[in-house]
Amino acid sequence: MAELTASGTPSPLAAQPGRWRRFVDSDLLWSFSRSPATIVAAVVAFAIIGAAMLAPLVAPHDPYDLASLSLLDATDPPAWLKDGTWSYPLGTDNQGRDVLSAILYGTRLSLLVGCSAVVAALLLGVTLGLVAGWRGGIADTLIMRVADVQLSFPAILIALLIDGVAHSVLPRQVQTQITFYVLVAAIALSYWVHFARTVRGSTMVERNKEYIQAAQVIGVHPARIVIGHLLPNVIGPVLVMATINLATAILTEATLSFLGVGLPPTEPSLGTLIRVGNDYLLSGDWWISVFPGIVLALLILSVNLLGDWLRDAFNPKLR
Amino acid sequence: MLAFIIQRLLQAVLVMLVVALIAFALFNYIGDPIANMVGQDTSLADRERLRQELGLNDGFVVQFARFVRHAAQGNFGLSYQQARPVGQIILEKMPATLELSFMAAFLALLFGVPMGIYTGLNRHSWASQAILAISLVGVSLPTFLIGILLILIFAVTLGWLPSFGRGAIVHIGWWTTGLLTVDGWRAIILPSITLALFQMTLIMRLVRAEMIEVLHTDYIKFARARGLTSRAVNFGHALKNTLVPVITITGLQLGSIIAFAVITETVFQWPGMGLMFIQAVTFADIPVMAAYLVMVGFFFVAINLVVDLLYYVVDPRLRIEREIVAGG
Repeated sequence: MAELTASGTPSPLAAQPGRWRRFVDSDLLWSFSRSPATIVAAVVAFAIIGAAMLAPLVAPHDPYDLASLSLLDATDPPAWLKDGTWSYPLGTDNQGRDVLSAILYGTRLSLLVGCSAVVAALLLGVTLGLVAGWRGGIADTLIMRVADVQLSFPAILIALLIDGVAHSVLPRQVQTQITFYVLVAAIALSYWVHFARTVRGSTMVERNKEYIQAAQVIGVHPARIVIGHLLPNVIGPVLVMATINLATAILTEATLSFLGVGLPPTEPSLGTLIRVGNDYLLSGDWWISVFPGIVLALLILSVNLLGDWLRDAFNPKLR
Repeated sequence: MLAFIIQRLLQAVLVMLVVALIAFALFNYIGDPIANMVGQDTSLADRERLRQELGLNDGFVVQFARFVRHAAQGNFGLSYQQARPVGQIILEKMPATLELSFMAAFLALLFGVPMGIYTGLNRHSWASQAILAISLVGVSLPTFLIGILLILIFAVTLGWLPSFGRGAIVHIGWWTTGLLTVDGWRAIILPSITLALFQMTLIMRLVRAEMIEVLHTDYIKFARARGLTSRAVNFGHALKNTLVPVITITGLQLGSIIAFAVITETVFQWPGMGLMFIQAVTFADIPVMAAYLVMVGFFFVAINLVVDLLYYVVDPRLRIEREIVAGG
């Protein structure tokens, strides 16, 4: 990611080869240009993410603006079918909401939940992994025991249980405001284990290396050793894992929302849109659920492909 | 061997106690159990008496011990929503979930293993490439989306199969089955395919990866050098050695099939435990949720335990290593 953010203008610090030149010549870009599936995946992923981020600008309607909805326009088919109009390109749902606009805003929410959950899981997992690997002893045993137990259950079930319990326990009033955070927490709490285990493993290896010992000898504060010296050396593989987990997190969010314990219909994510559309499937109004479904599948597939490619590209064994 | 079994058993019991503790905390400290049982006009004195009778004033350890004892007997109290014993409700729903899960596992193995062998042996044929590409799409499609698409195609558009429910069922003692009627078979096709698809791709990829790895080993090269037929090499030597991890993963996946059944059952309104749990969440039916938690925890711990022990029995290398460690 660091290379990608470096723009075309060469930084004055990087002397002769220039950052842009180095980026173009890098192994990463080379392996990228050799894999057509990855290029397609990148284009699709960035198109979906871009459109979702620009939703307020590109969406033809505002799905949150209740005043603009008209029940007369409800369940209109897509524009190319009989009775469809081009003002609602992908048709409308049961409340007369434009499906295309709802998808754009919904994708934005799905991405937001997914990214927040991965970041939260990353913070939790890396912290606990560092503590377990660095301190050892009781802290290590305790954290890893919890991880072992949790790993014997599928993550999606744990997220469902946490979310389900929170859903039925919290008073209705508070619920709608904090659903987002509950959802993020539920997904994060079910995925931190993988990060923690990886970080713990590499921390235990790095801990005994000379640079750490040298830092200890000259009296650097332990917190500074861990964050400043150890962390940069163990974080790489975890960041690659995070990319793959982003797809899983989006999938989990969609599933929970589909089951009715995720985001409410007033703030629909892709999963909620599919859930709403599912009720109209039997009456033949397929577009309400199928279009969000296609976008969700494309998004997950392309993020998965990108994640797989990143993992292989950073794995020296496969070169 | 004995030490290993005892160690695994202790671990399983510990996990079950933790799960039971969570369920107990859920059951006892969330909301007021009394308020959910009595009407609004019950006096405070009556409530206090009921509280005393139910033992809600006892200490934490006493209450927890009682919860565990009752749970072990399948007694989880009354459902708030249906006012019936939760154990009875679960017993009614279990056959539907188990039937669906085993059907899905069977389908996944029936198609997953042969496809894995084929793609492993013919890595570069176009059919293998096609199967792999489709499997990648299969992994990325969420379970509920597959269900919706199948309903749209086979139930709504073509009208061949029912889109919800279990069809006609037959009672055999307390067990109910849909597999003895044509209607029941028609009803189980779409849900079991939905549930099986993800597991199928997983098993296929696993078998393929293991086959490719085994085919590169020296003993396979030696078997070829001896002039054995490729049939004997591929199936007698290679396949046999790939089966250990396949058995393990399939066993462990049985647990996740039961978990994913929640999604499939919701899509198809299949009257099993998963649908029951989702409905319990919607109605905040805490006893049902606690019972489901304990049930699922028990399933997983039992499956993990059996798989661990099976692994030990199937793979002699594990045994020898342990004995060396124990002896030395």
